[in-house]
Amino acid sequence: MAAIGLERICKSFGGTRVLRDVTLAIRDGEFLTLVGPSGCGKSTLLRIIAGLERQDSGSVTIGQRRVDGVRPSERGVAMVFQSYALYPHLTVARNIATPLEMQRLTLLERLPLLRLLSPRRRRIMRGIMAEVEAVAAALQLEGLLGRKPAELSGGQRQRVALGRAMVRRPDAFLMDEPLSNLDAKLRVHMRGELADLHRRLGATFVYVTHDQTEAMTMSDRVALMLEGRIEQLGTPAELYDAPRTLAVASFIGSPPIACIPVRLEHEALVAAGTRLALRAIPDAAILGLRAEAVTPVRHGTPGALPARLSRAENLGAEWLLYATLEGPAPTPVVCRLTAAAHDAARDAGLLGERLWLLPDPARALLFDAEGRRLVAAPLRTRIGAMA
Amino acid sequence: MLGRIVALVVLGLGGAVMLLPFVWMVLTSFRPAAAVFEGFGASAFIGFENYARALTTAPLLRFMLNGVIVCAGILVVQLAVAIPAAYALAKLPFRGRGLLFGLVLAALCIPIQVPALPLYLGLAHTGLLDTYFAMMFPFFLSVFAIFLFRQFFKSFPDEIIQAARLDGVGEFEIVWRFVVPAALPAIAAFSIFSIVAHWNDLYWPLIVITETRLAPPPLGMLYFRDAETGSNYGALMAGATIITAPLVLAFLVARRRFIEGITMTGLK
Amino acid sequence: MSLALAAPAPVEPFALRIGHAYAAPAALLLALIYIVPVSVLIWLSLTDYTLGAVDIRFLGLDNFSRALADPVFRRSITNTFAYVAIVLPGGVLLGLGAALLVHRRIRSRSLWEVIYFLPVTSTLIAMATVWQFLLHPRLGPVREITLALGLGEVAFLSDPALVLPTLAAIGIWQLVGFNMILFLAGLSAIPRDLYEAAALDGASGGIDRFFRVTWPQLGPTTMFVTVTTSITAFKVFDTVRVLTEGGPAGASEVLLYVIYLEGFQYFRIGYAAALTLIFLAFILAFSILQAAALDRRIHY
Repeated sequence: MAAIGLERICKSFGGTRVLRDVTLAIRDGEFLTLVGPSGCGKSTLLRIIAGLERQDSGSVTIGQRRVDGVRPSERGVAMVFQSYALYPHLTVARNIATPLEMQRLTLLERLPLLRLLSPRRRRIMRGIMAEVEAVAAALQLEGLLGRKPAELSGGQRQRVALGRAMVRRPDAFLMDEPLSNLDAKLRVHMRGELADLHRRLGATFVYVTHDQTEAMTMSDRVALMLEGRIEQLGTPAELYDAPRTLAVASFIGSPPIACIPVRLEHEALVAAGTRLALRAIPDAAILGLRAEAVTPVRHGTPGALPARLSRAENLGAEWLLYATLEGPAPTPVVCRLTAAAHDAARDAGLLGERLWLLPDPARALLFDAEGRRLVAAPLRTRIGAMA
Repeated sequence: MLGRIVALVVLGLGGAVMLLPFVWMVLTSFRPAAAVFEGFGASAFIGFENYARALTTAPLLRFMLNGVIVCAGILVVQLAVAIPAAYALAKLPFRGRGLLFGLVLAALCIPIQVPALPLYLGLAHTGLLDTYFAMMFPFFLSVFAIFLFRQFFKSFPDEIIQAARLDGVGEFEIVWRFVVPAALPAIAAFSIFSIVAHWNDLYWPLIVITETRLAPPPLGMLYFRDAETGSNYGALMAGATIITAPLVLAFLVARRRFIEGITMTGLK
Repeated sequence: MSLALAAPAPVEPFALRIGHAYAAPAALLLALIYIVPVSVLIWLSLTDYTLGAVDIRFLGLDNFSRALADPVFRRSITNTFAYVAIVLPGGVLLGLGAALLVHRRIRSRSLWEVIYFLPVTSTLIAMATVWQFLLHPRLGPVREITLALGLGEVAFLSDPALVLPTLAAIGIWQLVGFNMILFLAGLSAIPRDLYEAAALDGASGGIDRFFRVTWPQLGPTTMFVTVTTSITAFKVFDTVRVLTEGGPAGASEVLLYVIYLEGFQYFRIGYAAALTLIFLAFILAFSILQAAALDRRIHY
């Protein structure tokens, strides 16, 4: 159990700067996810924590101990690779046993033929195998101990990789996109399993993924990385409701947030030629509307934006309406409605080729021209209040 | 760091052993007979005389020409026979296809030294010994080429061939225009493999050729050795250099292709 | 007429005809070069045919029993196996060693590949001649080395005890580069994250990495290189013909050389045919191993 500290980590490969001055404090026992698009540096950061890459400058601390230059196997961390990296020629049992063999047997006792000469080795191996069986039982791998990785399914291989990590009782588990090689259904199942495992073990988990759903559902905190920097660090709710920048808001959330250009006119915000029922905050340049932040209303409602419906997706429990805002800068907008709300709107004649979408002041996000979010008190305006 | 230096030293020593004969060969070819065993120091340069002597003692250039004729002849027929056969085995279902492929696989295990005796008898009987044809004949069929090309042709998409057939394109044109270009890397690599193997072959030419004027390079080198008895090692090494030069130079020019071609037997 | 209307797609019978046409030359050559000769060989091995003989007698398996009792033949078998016994470990291990050393290098890798592969492309007859002079007991530069080591003048090619190892060394010299390239390909195929997982597990030293990851992953490649080297070594002929002609006193007479002598110098065709079939049996045994090794490689 340990906290991990990263202080001003910089790393370049060839001429490319991959990590720019990254500082991050991971709390003891938390599940922290590094999320971002490919190339943002998240995997590199993880590998630097593991000791597989050496940072150009900056320091790594694991549990109060500076580990720069310390070998990966001596840092108290274990890693689960995207491809699992199981030893193909060893059985499941021997795969899981490998870290313990490395720790407890001398070099002579590890060499292929010579090791048969050592009685001490047999004793130690018995102890190791007992631990392996305990770990296998915890991961429901008992029946598979004698098989080789080639004979296992993707989900089973993943659990073996986890077992190999768990058997070392590390201070921290590092996971590099462990679910991306699994099919969708299995992925959802394994998400729950991993979250469960974290609860049971109470260890620090550092998880890397490009999938924002995984990040949002599994983590205590999320660090969103873009272009070698941490764009925002916070709980999933913070990233979703209070994104620091437009980049964060655009990456998190599905379907993606609608970004509507706005400008200030006579002390009111105007977008798509309509005066908005939102408070006019100076410097506002972009209005961010998530799919649940707009509702279809009657034509003529003050503050409602005119849009053309492109298509409607019926997902059973909810509907997604894909539309394009009319006006000088046509922008895509998505509207999310529960099935009930959709039927009600349809019966009220609000859904046709032309939609009027009213932004919810409580959920609307305003950003300045640099993409920074503008924070303010409730955005309801006098116009709305007067109506 | 120390490890890297040790590795470099070891590799260097090995490399020196690899290159030693070549260096020695060329150095000696420049020296007069008496000075030949003076180690690596500088000495008189009579390279021109040595090479001239080598070229006149035995028709070395003729040997190379023979090598070119034989290798080219073999390669042309090999490709002309193997490509259609491989295509048929890969894409054209015909009666006896399985049997033919089985025989090809079996023949892969039979080196040329096995049918050599009966082939020799046959050629002797038909009076065809001591001819270019005799040197080339057993190699006209390369089962390895058939095996290799069939592998490549099999992975060529059937749909393209079927679409071409529907468009009325003749089968020969389909092979020539579409399928062969896709397999060019394999064909090029095999060609190099074939040329090197047959340029350097001694066993078969030794058996069927007795006339000096027909000898390919290895056999020529043998004749040259016998002719150059006596102590003119300079000329002998000059001859060896001339014989070895073509392939070595070709190798240095087309390194990648060479390595690909010759190790095809391993990497198929 | 009505049958034609109900016929399936016109491709099939067409393909049947073309298929035969395309495969015909190969099939013909297959018969002329392999099927007929091997059949003739089998027949000849059962006779006492010698070139120019007027009549032939059928001997049954006498040629084979004679071969098994023939001291020259038996010596050639032991010589050939002794040769293979040196070339095989030497060629495989040195090739592996060279590959391991070259594998890490990035900039000089091409250079090393060229240097080590050069002997593979060279004409063996010529290079063997050069080796003959390098190793000459009175006149070659290697003499300096043996003198410096206190071994005196070593007659590499004329000492019966040394001739086979010397020929084997030349054989190794010629094929190390080939094996190195094959091993390099095998090494490149090892996934990097296996080494990383091993590093995290504590196997970061060279020996641990080799036995935990490298050697197991190279298994099929090693198997393949071993069999290929064995077959190549088994077919040794050129160096023997050029450097020793089987001498001194038959110490370097290998199987192919004896077959060559029997068939093409002494013209004892029937006997040579029998010997050739024995040679083929050995080669087939090796080839079957090779096929099995290839098969494992695909499924690994």
